[in-house]
Amino acid sequence: MKFEFNHSIIWGISLLISLLICPLLPGIINKVKAFFAGRRGPRLLQLYYDLGKLLCKGAVFSHTTSGVLQLAPVVSLAGLGGCILLFPFGCAASPLAFTGDVILFAYLLALGRVLTVLGALDTGSSFEGMGASREIEFSALAEGALFTVIAFLILITGHFSLSDMLIGFETNQWLRFCAPMPLIFGAFGLVLLTEACRVPVDDPETHLELTMIHEAMILDYGGPDMALIEYGAALKLWLLSSIAVLLVLPVPGSSMFWNILLYFGGVFLMAILIGITESVTARFRMLKVPRMLTGALGFALIAILWIRIFRGGLL
Amino acid sequence: MNNKFLILANSSSAAFASVPLLSIGEFRTNLIQAVQEKHCRVSSFFAMPEKNDFRLIAVLADDAAAKIYITSAMTTERYPSLTVDVPAFHWFEREIHEQYGILPEGHPWLKPIRFQKKEDGSGDKVQIGVTDYFQVKGSTVHEVAVGPVHAGVIEPGHFRFQCLGEEVMHLEIELGYQHRGVEKMLLNAPDKKTIHIMETVSGDSSIAHATAYAQLIESLDPSLVPSENARKLRAAAAELERIANHTGDLGALAGDVAFLPTASYCGRIRGDYLNTTAILCGNRFGRNFIVPGGIRQTITPENTAEILKRLDTFQVELNDALHLMFDAPSVLDRFENTGKVPYETSVQIGMVGAAARASGDAQDIRKTHPYGAYKTINTEPVVAGNGDVLSRAEIRYKEIETSHQLLRNLLAEIKETVEAVPMREPVLQSNSIAVSLTEGWRGEVCHVAITGPDGKFCRYKITDPSFHNWFGLALALRGEAVSDFPICNKSFNLSYCGHDL
Repeated sequence: MKFEFNHSIIWGISLLISLLICPLLPGIINKVKAFFAGRRGPRLLQLYYDLGKLLCKGAVFSHTTSGVLQLAPVVSLAGLGGCILLFPFGCAASPLAFTGDVILFAYLLALGRVLTVLGALDTGSSFEGMGASREIEFSALAEGALFTVIAFLILITGHFSLSDMLIGFETNQWLRFCAPMPLIFGAFGLVLLTEACRVPVDDPETHLELTMIHEAMILDYGGPDMALIEYGAALKLWLLSSIAVLLVLPVPGSSMFWNILLYFGGVFLMAILIGITESVTARFRMLKVPRMLTGALGFALIAILWIRIFRGGLL
Repeated sequence: MNNKFLILANSSSAAFASVPLLSIGEFRTNLIQAVQEKHCRVSSFFAMPEKNDFRLIAVLADDAAAKIYITSAMTTERYPSLTVDVPAFHWFEREIHEQYGILPEGHPWLKPIRFQKKEDGSGDKVQIGVTDYFQVKGSTVHEVAVGPVHAGVIEPGHFRFQCLGEEVMHLEIELGYQHRGVEKMLLNAPDKKTIHIMETVSGDSSIAHATAYAQLIESLDPSLVPSENARKLRAAAAELERIANHTGDLGALAGDVAFLPTASYCGRIRGDYLNTTAILCGNRFGRNFIVPGGIRQTITPENTAEILKRLDTFQVELNDALHLMFDAPSVLDRFENTGKVPYETSVQIGMVGAAARASGDAQDIRKTHPYGAYKTINTEPVVAGNGDVLSRAEIRYKEIETSHQLLRNLLAEIKETVEAVPMREPVLQSNSIAVSLTEGWRGEVCHVAITGPDGKFCRYKITDPSFHNWFGLALALRGEAVSDFPICNKSFNLSYCGHDL
């Protein structure tokens, strides 16, 4: 019983730290990109300053919009708030985990997106409409890949809750299934880049409305709502990076200290990896993104076939 | 041919009375024949009030013969449109209609291009951009309006896309927001202001426009003769302008596909070239350098040596930055086969400069109508064949290389100090016409001046390369993805103010 208690405390502390430092991730990505471009780049803490600035501002809404536009940022962040309660922070299982919570997790993320899309359509702007249509198309395709990745995890761990499937497998089990792991990591990586609106799918830094996806949908926000959106984006990036880290991190060891260190270190490493990806590739043609996501689905399917064919693995 | 056209060489003048005055019928037939059979290009076409009527004046460039053909006809209110037979007249006829109310009968899409008042000040002020647009109807078709105020720091212009999903079926470009009345300001010139107006026709092509103007004045006032070295320095400044702008554009192209390293490096290196321009001009954008009769700055051999020294470093850095981009498959994938303008279309609509060369049309005024120092230096036009964004990018990449070579050749030959020439009021031949063509970094810059009995301009016509090419951009977008508009646009990078005048 004492062990369980410790576990929850570690989860709680990791959760709080994650909430506090998630705005660092975009900062790290930008620093990496600046390094590759030979620039100094914005401060590491820039997003904190931006959030502070936005929270001090008022907001203006077009008279032609209904309440949906204003509802979207709040619901999105609330959806993420639900997600974090199910997530195994710091390699410690969430105390609220239950069988099948992974479905709730995926659709809480989707809920926020749907509201953002509805908010974008609410403005009646042609840019936001285009952004919304692209977002829905791409995320619908990404969902297939995401659930195939989840199916893979369920198959190798036999667990149906997010916490268990991410941290619940033993070292020897991981070694048995490590061969298709790069495929799963690749598939999830592509889902991550899509969901987090990063290059090569979306370009968070562009000012060109015609090429925007996520940025186009939030053109009409300012002030505190924008702060909620920016913070939500950072938190979502943190969550998705965490999943990627826990996918490749072999197993939670016996030492809590190492688990936490590996977890946080891994997330920052993911940010650096994203930064490098963004620096060395150009953005894809819009028409190519569906193909890329179908590719991600293919990766995950092959991984599943692999473990079905080789059953106990090659070793 | 001889009695139907006045034949001139580049940067020369003739008595205005020697311009043949044909009947409208003859005028049309000759122009159509010259373009369709002799493959002349329409460099300029404009009207000029004469007595109570208007005189239409057409300037054609024959690249094969290195000659310029001028002809004219009188018209009152209407004449049968030339656009129907030669689409290159499309934009010019719209301009004439807007400026003087002359109706080209049968013109397929007669709309204002600048939404200006008539040249004589009559008529109502038209609201810019408020007009009929070409529309595609259907339940799944949607219309996207962009601008005139854009998200980036660029000039104003309105773009209307007719889209089917992500596909652009038609793009219509409405300009005019930058109209300042340049040609009107040049009536009764030249005076002290004139050179400054020329330098700001399009701020990124100061050297190209100022050179065209200076050559025109020099052809009308034989007492103004620039020295050989001054001509070389003018050409050197033009090449620096070309390199700086091509560098900036290639960087912007990289930025638009989110390829940051090249975007940042090129932004910085463009600044280096602008700073080098300042050694020549005292100004980073080529102002205050060119004056009829020579150059306005005293250039010492130390200056030229310093420029040559800097070029060595910059060229290596620039090459590295551009290699990063041209070696990245993800970038090439974006550029290749995007925004295609086929050779036939390019010739038909009269595209000029780098964009035309990217479509396989080997025209370059420096080669075909050599002027100034280019008469002694041989340059071969850089040509690519595909007409897509990649071709337009490659043209710029290769032109940067050839421009460096030209710069080295030009500057190495200057051994002594080149003295500045003071500005003085030119005395122009009266009742004359003069034409001057230069190759700006975008393409052919055409200046035509007609002087009155007092030796002052009674009509001055400027045709910026953008004037020829904007329609090319609209056509490049047909069937493309709307998200590829920015890179198509950057690959042309046309001037709004050069068009709007």
